[in-house]
Formats: sequence, structure tokens, C-alpha cells
Amino acid sequence: MLLRCSREFSDASGTRRAGSRIAARALLLLFLGMIAGILCRPTGVRAQTAGKSSSGETAPVGNTETGKKLYVNYGCYECHGRAAHGGTGPRLGPDALPFAIFLQYVRHPGGTMPPYTAKVASDQDLADIYAFLKSLPEPPRSKDLPLLKP
Amino acid sequence: MKKSKKASADRRQFLKKATVGAAALVASPLAGRAAAAAQAQRFAESRNATAPSVPASKIVEAAVSSSVDILTVERPGSDFMVDVIKSLGFEYMCANPGNTFRSLHESLINYGGNQSPEFITCCHEESAVAMAHGYAKIEGKPLLACVHGTVGLQHAAMAVYDAYCDRAPLMLMLGNFSDAAARFGMVDWVHSAQDPAATIRDFVKWDDQPVSLTHFAESLVRAYKIAMTPPTLPVAVVADHELQERPVPDGEPLAVPRLSLDSPPAGDPAAVAEAARLLVAAENPLLVVDRVARTPAGLAQMIELAETLQAAVIDRNNRMNFPTRHGLNQTEAARSAISSADVIVGLELTDFWSTVHSVRGQIYHQIEPATKPGAKLISITANDLYMKDNYQELQRYQPVDLAIAGDAEATLPSLIEEVKRRVTDDRRRLFQDRGSKLARAHDDAMAAAREAAASGWDASPVSTARLSMELWAQIKDEDWSLVSPCLFVSRWPLRLWNFDKHYQYIGGEGGYGVGYGAPASIGAALANRKHGRLTVSIQNDGDMMFAPGVLWTAAHHRIPILIVMHNNRAYHQELMQVQIMASQHNRGITRARIGSLLEDPAIDYSKLAQSMGVHGEGPISDPKDLGPAIRRAIEVVKRGEPALVDVLTQPR
Repeated sequence: MLLRCSREFSDASGTRRAGSRIAARALLLLFLGMIAGILCRPTGVRAQTAGKSSSGETAPVGNTETGKKLYVNYGCYECHGRAAHGGTGPRLGPDALPFAIFLQYVRHPGGTMPPYTAKVASDQDLADIYAFLKSLPEPPRSKDLPLLKP
Repeated sequence: MKKSKKASADRRQFLKKATVGAAALVASPLAGRAAAAAQAQRFAESRNATAPSVPASKIVEAAVSSSVDILTVERPGSDFMVDVIKSLGFEYMCANPGNTFRSLHESLINYGGNQSPEFITCCHEESAVAMAHGYAKIEGKPLLACVHGTVGLQHAAMAVYDAYCDRAPLMLMLGNFSDAAARFGMVDWVHSAQDPAATIRDFVKWDDQPVSLTHFAESLVRAYKIAMTPPTLPVAVVADHELQERPVPDGEPLAVPRLSLDSPPAGDPAAVAEAARLLVAAENPLLVVDRVARTPAGLAQMIELAETLQAAVIDRNNRMNFPTRHGLNQTEAARSAISSADVIVGLELTDFWSTVHSVRGQIYHQIEPATKPGAKLISITANDLYMKDNYQELQRYQPVDLAIAGDAEATLPSLIEEVKRRVTDDRRRLFQDRGSKLARAHDDAMAAAREAAASGWDASPVSTARLSMELWAQIKDEDWSLVSPCLFVSRWPLRLWNFDKHYQYIGGEGGYGVGYGAPASIGAALANRKHGRLTVSIQNDGDMMFAPGVLWTAAHHRIPILIVMHNNRAYHQELMQVQIMASQHNRGITRARIGSLLEDPAIDYSKLAQSMGVHGEGPISDPKDLGPAIRRAIEVVKRGEPALVDVLTQPR
């Protein structure tokens, strides 16, 4: 989902900005690096928080309810929708990328997404948000919705 | 007998006195003038003792003219102004009433019979001008809007700027007391300017300040002609107060000049031929359209050009330029179409630079070309024929390989002909393969859009995709017209509805000035009314709050329109901008919504509408309630009245 974070975004001046090419390249390199890290990690790490945090230590376990509150308080819903279903930014859940990639992207986003450093959103905060995203139900398929039939 | 003699004598005395009195009344202007002149002369002589530079005769003239007692004017100049206005075929004049054009107002409703034009009462001058803006995009011709030259124009200025940026023709009349001697009291003075149009001169194409009725007639007709010559733009003419109110001078030969519109300027034939050569030879030609379809003919010609070439089309949607479900429409796969194109033609494309560049919008922009190396760029636009320098609506300069200065719609017929002349059987076979691939890409993009729309389908607040599709289900079998911009609802209507008629979409603000949406949609609905179309608007809440009185105008003038609120309870665009700043400044990310929310209390748009005589329902937060509410509202609209459904929505 984060690969689609580079969707066009319109700012207050109305100018469309597409950072897709730059963001996609950065994310692909990051993803490949993280995959290598994931394959080499020790066994026993919880599935919700795969990979390492930005501090290099094992990622904290996330709390879904806390994550739901933080998702709103930190303004994630403004671009990604209150149900994380997408809007100006792409859909985020439930099939989010591995946590390590999620974390890294939030810290160093491509496109027009603003950065959330550890100072304003800790690794634990992001783990909680990630847990909330993973807890979301699968969206329906368009073929099952009469109003969306071609 | 005695009594009758006395009565007769009394009666003779009465008549004698009455005769003397009547004679005195008849003689009083002259007698009064003489007495006033004598008094003024004595005053002037005493003043002249201290101010010898002012001739006494000048002071006497001023005093005498103020004592003349004329109470009625049988043929005011404003009657002739109405004659000129009627000659130009205006259906309506939108205005908030003002004393600087009170005579014109009266002439319009009495002498002119309040028909062609009909006076449309607006509660704000911005609404009056924005209504004219929306109207012009449906009808392809201007509406008349009248404002005070000072305070009214200041109110209206943003709407004029939006129309200017949006290349919409608009006729503005400015009431003004040009003659200081004619101003009576403080109000006339503060409502007057030496140069009323100065406020907006940077964003109108032409303006004039006529000093006689003949001058007024020629100026108004000339202004119409200039407004309608591409690039079509707002124009302004001052209607001087004295010209309006003074009688038409005896013997003045007044005539209404005939309007002679310019044929729109088309591109140079040699340049058009070269563009055709490049397009036919291209492997992946791309047509990027923005405001090309000024009229329905432009839409038809765009289809013909694209189909002849089997070329990809990206629509920037500032007009209804290309059918949304046409297989060649690659708007939803724009990135891929741009990066693979070897020839790109921008037709009335305002922002060519952003089309061919990718920008990573962080603190320091990172810019990369979005095109492949060697791609040829061609521009066809009337904007190259006319530009100003202060306001920066022309966007960043983009070098191109072939710049054709001319109206794109007017140039299309010759471009199509040149393309057809060059297409061989071999090229035609290649085009067909290309067209098939593009159609598959279009279908894939549509399928992806439908899947994306399914996300958050049952969410509360209602997703903008759900809102758009619930609305589509109710209107798709009607003769509908969507008159609101789609950007803030993530463009769902443009991504999923079937747009194939010119009046079905009119683009947006032009200058992105918030406050355009409500009045422009009602102005467009006014134009659609006589065509029997179902006018629909998805109305942003923040935009509505700029001048909600336009709802009353819709009710009062029986303008049928279905307004569905996109009520996300915030000035959300700005909210996101402040969020970006908080994140970039590394602080306060939980406080970023301060100053941008429209909560506490939440505004009840249903009650707001009802307070102004508009059917109102809501707020609706359960998407299952949407369909029935919209159906009820459509029944009201079909009876010829406006209706509003308030919907609590997701942010985007």
C-alpha cells in the first residue's frame, strides 16, 4: 500500500505534485534492503512488528485501541481516511507492508507525505498505529457491490 | 341673493388669489433663480475679499444650479442603457442592489419589464459574479453582473479573479459617481472612485469608463465582443450615475451599435501542418486537454482527433473535454501515458510544466522530468495571445518544440484535416494496435478505480466514493449536469461516472478561490433550467460558508438544483497543509487541526437551507440512508425548486 503513497496530491494552491518516480525508487530500494534484513532476523519475533525499529532494537508490540486513537490524533486520517481506506493518500490496511518498511517510510516519506520523526511519533506509537491498521477488516470487492458494477 | 353675491365675490377673490398664486408658482423658477443669484453674488463678493483667485461667476453658477426645481425625468439615460443591454441578449443581470446603479435598476424592472434581462437578487456581490461565471460555462456566453464600483467590486473581486483564471467570459457593470459635484452626502462619496476598475484591472481583459450615452453604447457592445474573443475573459464597463439619471439630451442621436463578434483566432496553418506531421509519425502520441472544449463542438472535435490518431488523451478536467469512458481516455493512468509518450500536445493546457515534471514536494522540491528523453512537446493555446504580468496564474514557463498561438478549439478542424491527409494504411494499422492497447489500459484503470472505491464502502462518516456512487445511481438515467469541481471528493465522479456531453461537467474555480462553488453551481443551474436538465452539485462545506445567502437566491428565483453536501467539518485542504508544517517543523502534530475545523458547534446545513426556503435533509452519516434521501430531494428538484442533502463525509 505504501508503494501507492505517491499518488497525486493537490495542495492549497491547486498545483498537482507527483513524486511517484522518486518515491517509488526509494521505497523499492528500502524494501529490498528490509527483506534482506527480515530473512536474516532471529526467530521468535512477533508477526505484528517484524524487523527492527529505527533505533536498531526489536520493534515494540502494538496496541490496537491506542493505535486507533493515535491514528486520529496524529492526523493520519486526514490523508488516508478515518477507516484508513484512502483519500489523498492510499489505503493503509489491513494488508500493510512489513512494520520495518512502514516505520522507515513514515520517518522518511517520498512524495508529498510529511515526515513523522521519533520526536513527534515514537516507535511505540507507530507500532500501535500499525496494529490498528492490521486489525481493520478486509474491504469488500467491487464485484460484490451493485453500485460499483461496470 | 345677498348671500350669493357675497359668495360670488368671495369666489372671485379666491380665484384671483389662486391665479396670482399660480402665476407666482409658474414664475418662481425665474424669480427664485434671480433671488438666489443676487444672494450668491453678495456671498461671492464677501468671499472674494479673501479669495480673489476664484471668479465670482463660478460660485454663482454652482449656487444657481442647486436651486433649480426639476422633479421628474421622462426619459432617463438608464432607459437607453437598458436598450443597449437588451440588444446583447442577456437573459439575466445578477446583482446586489446599490445606489450607484439605482436608475439602471429601475429602468431594468420598469422600462425593460424585468425581462431579458431579469434581475436576479443576490445577497453578496461575490455570489452575483460567481453565478455569472457558472452560467457562462454552460451557455458559452456571458451573463451581466452589476456592482457598486467600490464596495461592491471589492466584494466581487475574488469571483472576477476566479473567472479570469478560468478563462470564462463575464460582463461586469460598475456603478459610480464620477462627477464629484453630483455626489450627495457621505455615502455617495465613499461609494465612488476616480478609476473604479483599477481594483480589478489586473484580471480583466478590458475596461472602460464612458462619459456619454453614445460612448456607453459603443463600450458595452465592444466589451461583449472582447469578452467573447478567445481567450474569453471578464470585462468591465462603468455605468456613471449621472449618465444613468440625467435625461437623454434633446436631439442627441442615440443608436445601439450592432454587435460583430470576432471569429476565434486559429493556429498558423504551417505550424498546424507540422504538428500533424509529428503526431502521425509518433509511436505514442499524447493529447493533454484542459480548457479546449469551449463549446460542444470542441468535445466532438477532440473525439475525432483522438480516434483518427488512436492517441492517448489525458483530461485535466477544467472543462468537459473528452468522454470519461472512452477507451482512449488515459487520465487514470496519466503517469504511464506521459512517461511513454514521444509526442505530447497540450491543448489549452494551463500548466504544461507540471504535466511534464515530477515534483517531490518536501521542504526543498526535488524535480525530475516526467517524460522520456527526446519527447516532443507541442502547445496550442490562446493564452499565448494574451497575458498579463502581475497575477501569476499562467504557471511556470515550459519550453516546447512547437508553440502555436491560437484558440485550440478553433484550430482543431484544420489539425484534424492535416492529420487525416497524412494517415496511410500502414499507419492506420499501427494506430489500431495502439488503440487496442490503450483501451485495455483504460479498462484496467477503471477496474482499479472500482476496487479502490470499495474501500471504506460502509464507513461512517460516509466515504466520498460511496457518496458519489449513491448519487450516480439516482441520476444516471436523467439528463444530468454536474456543476461542482471534483477535486475534494477525490475525483470519484470523474473516475467512475459516464461523462459524454459537454454540459455534464464545467470544471472548477480557475483561481482556486474558495467560495466559488455554491454560487457558480447555482448560476450553472440557472442556465440549465431552460434546457430541463437535472443540475447536481457536490458542495464543500467550507465553500458554502463564504456566502450561503446564495441559497436564498436559488429559492427566490426557483432555480432547481440538487446540492449534496460534502460535509467533512473542516477547511480540510488547509488542515492538511498545517499538518505538513507541523511535521516538517517536528512539533505539535496533534494540534495541527486548530484553526481549520468547522466543529463545536457543527453547522447544520439542512437547517441552514430550510431557513432560506430550500428543501433540506440531514445530516446523514449512515450511507444506507443516502439513496432514499437523494431520491426525495430529486422529487423536489423536478418540481423546479432547489434541494439540499447534508452528508457527513470522510475528509477526501
